[in-house]
Amino acid sequence: MLKLQPVPAVAKEKNVGVTLSEAAANHVKNFIAKRGRGIGLRIGVRTSGCSGMAYKLEFADALDAEDLQFDSFGVTVLVDAKSLPYIEGMELDYTREGLNEGFKFNNPNVKNACGCGESFQV
Amino acid sequence: MALLQISEPGLSTAPHQHRLAVGIDLGTTNSLVATVRNGISVVLNDENGRAMLPSVVRYATDVVVGEAAQAAQSDDPVNTIVSVKRFMGRSLADIGDTSRLPYRFVDTGSMLQLRTVAGVKSPVEVSAEILKVLRLRAEESLGGELVGAVITVPAYFDDAQRQATKDAAKLAGINVLRLLNEPTAAAIAYGLDNASEGVYAVYDLGGGTFDISILRLSRGVFEVLSANGDSALGGDDFDQRIHCWLLEKNQLSVLSPQDTRLLLTLARSAKEQLTEHVDARITAVLSSGEIIDNVITRTDFQEMSTNLIQRTLQLMRRALRDAKLGVDEVKGVVMVGGATRMPQVQHAVGEFFGQTPLTNLDPDKVVALGAAIQANLLAGNRSSDDWLLLDVIPLSLGLETMGGLVEKIIPRNSTIPTARAQEFTTYKDGQTAMSLHVLQGERELVSDCRSLAQFELRGIPPMVAGAARIRVTFQVDADGLLNVAARELGSGVEAAIVVKPSYGLSDAEITRMLQDSTQHAQDDMQARAHREQQTEANQLLDAVQNALDQDGSLLSESQRSEIESRMTALKVTLPLADHLAIKRAVTTLNDATVSFAQARMDKSVKRVLSGMNISDLEIK
Repeated sequence: MLKLQPVPAVAKEKNVGVTLSEAAANHVKNFIAKRGRGIGLRIGVRTSGCSGMAYKLEFADALDAEDLQFDSFGVTVLVDAKSLPYIEGMELDYTREGLNEGFKFNNPNVKNACGCGESFQV
Repeated sequence: MALLQISEPGLSTAPHQHRLAVGIDLGTTNSLVATVRNGISVVLNDENGRAMLPSVVRYATDVVVGEAAQAAQSDDPVNTIVSVKRFMGRSLADIGDTSRLPYRFVDTGSMLQLRTVAGVKSPVEVSAEILKVLRLRAEESLGGELVGAVITVPAYFDDAQRQATKDAAKLAGINVLRLLNEPTAAAIAYGLDNASEGVYAVYDLGGGTFDISILRLSRGVFEVLSANGDSALGGDDFDQRIHCWLLEKNQLSVLSPQDTRLLLTLARSAKEQLTEHVDARITAVLSSGEIIDNVITRTDFQEMSTNLIQRTLQLMRRALRDAKLGVDEVKGVVMVGGATRMPQVQHAVGEFFGQTPLTNLDPDKVVALGAAIQANLLAGNRSSDDWLLLDVIPLSLGLETMGGLVEKIIPRNSTIPTARAQEFTTYKDGQTAMSLHVLQGERELVSDCRSLAQFELRGIPPMVAGAARIRVTFQVDADGLLNVAARELGSGVEAAIVVKPSYGLSDAEITRMLQDSTQHAQDDMQARAHREQQTEANQLLDAVQNALDQDGSLLSESQRSEIESRMTALKVTLPLADHLAIKRAVTTLNDATVSFAQARMDKSVKRVLSGMNISDLEIK
C-alpha cells in the first residue's frame, strides 16, 4: 500500500514547475516502458468541466514548441506555457483508494474545486 | 479528489466523462474483468486480491456468486448453478443426457430453464448475476460508470449463444461494445496485432473445454481462418486420469461422492504440483478409514495423459487442414487456459509446431486482457490504431431451394462482418409469394441442416416461371448475428428477418455436422443430383401439362398419346433412387415434345403476325 505524500509547501515563485512524487514517477516509467514508446508525461489544463478548468494527463510522444520541460525522478514532464500558471508548483502522486488507483493532483493554485476535484478554479 | 489515469496524446477526457471500458472473459469455470489503465491492460482484482471469479451462482435467500457459491456446491447442488455457459442459448434437447446434472430443468422447447428456490431462472439470468458482480468490481476499481464492455465468446458460439450472451449483459446493465472471439482476444493480449504479418495458432485448453483457432494477421487485420475443438476435453480430464490412477493403485472400486470429490481435489493439486516439481505425494484418509499414500511422478502423469494431448493435436491438425495450411506456415502459437501450464502440454504443442509457444502472459488472464485492449479501443481511448477484428462463422448459411436442397450463400469460415447476395427466381408461372427458409450447416439437403428462420416474400407481380428476379442478401454483423433480406427487383417488394434463433447447437453438434458433411460428401452429391433431377422433371411435367391443356388441339391423337405415355413413364421414375433413370425419362419426354413445341411456336407467331404487313415488321 502506498502512503499518500504530504502536500509540499510551495513558494509562489516562477518556474518551480510541476513535480512527481517518487511513487508516481516509478509508475509513469513503468507505464511508458510497457507502452513501448513515449518521451514523457504531458500535464496541462484546459477549460471545461463543471467548475472551470480540467486537468489533462497524457503520454507525450513529441515535444511541442511551447513546451516547458521538468525532470522528476528521471521522468520528463512536459507542460505547455499556457497551462503552467494554473498548475505551477503542483505535485502529482500515485495512490490507491479501495479498489481504485491512479494519479492524484496536489495543486496549490486551486481555490475552488468541484466535489470530486476533477475540475477546479484558481 | 478523483484519481486520474494517463491518456493517449490528445485523448484526455472531460471531467466526469471518462470512457471507462472493460473486457470480460465470461468463462465456463471462471470469469474475469480487465481494463486498460495508463496504457496497460490489467486484470481487476476483488477486495481480497483475487482475479478469478468462479462462474458459480447460488440461489438462496440472496443470490450468491463466486467462491461462496462454489463452497455451497455440494450442500445445495440443485440451487447452485455451475458452468452455466454450457446452457447459454441451448434447449434441453441440445444438452442431451442431463441425468448426471443435479438441476431441475424446465423444458420450454426453446432455451432451457432451471427451477431454483428463488424461482425459475434462465441461463441468461444466471450469467447476468456473474456479469453484475464483475460490473460492480469494475466500477469500484475505476471510480465511475462503465461506457461499455467487450465480452468474449468461444469462436464456436452460434447466433443463439451469442445473442444469449448479449442479453445477459443487458440484464446486468452492461452496454456490449462488441462480442469478441476468445482466441482473437488472446492474440491481441500478446500484441500480435503489432507483430509481423502471418498465421498464428491459439491453443486454448481450459478446465472443461478445448478450442483451437487459426488466425491470420495481415495489414493489421485479424482474421479467424478456422476453428475447431472439443467441448468435453479440458484440465478436468487430466485430474480424472490421476484420480483413476489412484483408484487402480489402491484397488478401490466404488467410492462415496465425498471420497470421490476429495480424491479429485487431491488429484488436481498433484497436477498443479507436477508443473513445478518432478513428483507429487498424495495422502488422504477415506471415509472407510482406508489410508491413501502415493507418489506420482511427472513421467507417470505424462504417460497417463498422452492420449488426451494427442486428441488436442488431432483437432489442431483438422483446424490447419480447414485453413488449408501446413504446420510450418504457422508463425506463432499462443497458449490460453490454465491447463496449458502443464509442461507436457507445452512440450507437445512445441514439438507439433516446431517452435516454442508463447506462455509469458498468465494463460488464465490472457483472454480478459485482450478483451480490455479491444474495449479501450472501441470506447475511443486510442487514436492511431485503426485495426479491425475479423471473426469467422462456424457453419455455412444458406437458403432452401426447390427439391429440399440447400443453396449456400455464406460459406463456413467466412470472416465477419460480411454480406453476400444471390439472385433467385420463381418456380411456377404466376407465383406471387416465395418462402425463404434460412439454414445453417454443411450438408446438401435441408433435412440434414439446421433451420434458423423462415419468412415469406409476398406481392411478387405474376410472371412466368423464372422471370422474377429476387435478390436475397445475407448479412452477418460484427457480433455474428444474421440479417436476411429479400427484394424482388422488378417491383421493389421486400421482406427481411433478423435471425435470433431460439436455441443453438452444441460444439459437439457442430463438430458432428462438420464430420458428417465430409463423411457423406458422396451421398450428398448423389442426393443433390437426384433432387435436382426430380425438380427438373416436375417442372417439365408441369410445363407439358399446361401446353396440352392450352394447345392439345394441335396434336394428332397418336402424338398426344405418345407424349402422355412418356409423361407417365417419367412419373414412374420420380420416386426411384436412380437419378440417371429420371434423366433418361426427361430426355425421352423432351424429345417427344419437340414437334409439339414447334407447332405451338408457329401458332403464336401467326397470332402475333396476323393483321400486320411486311412494312410493320420492318419498322420493328
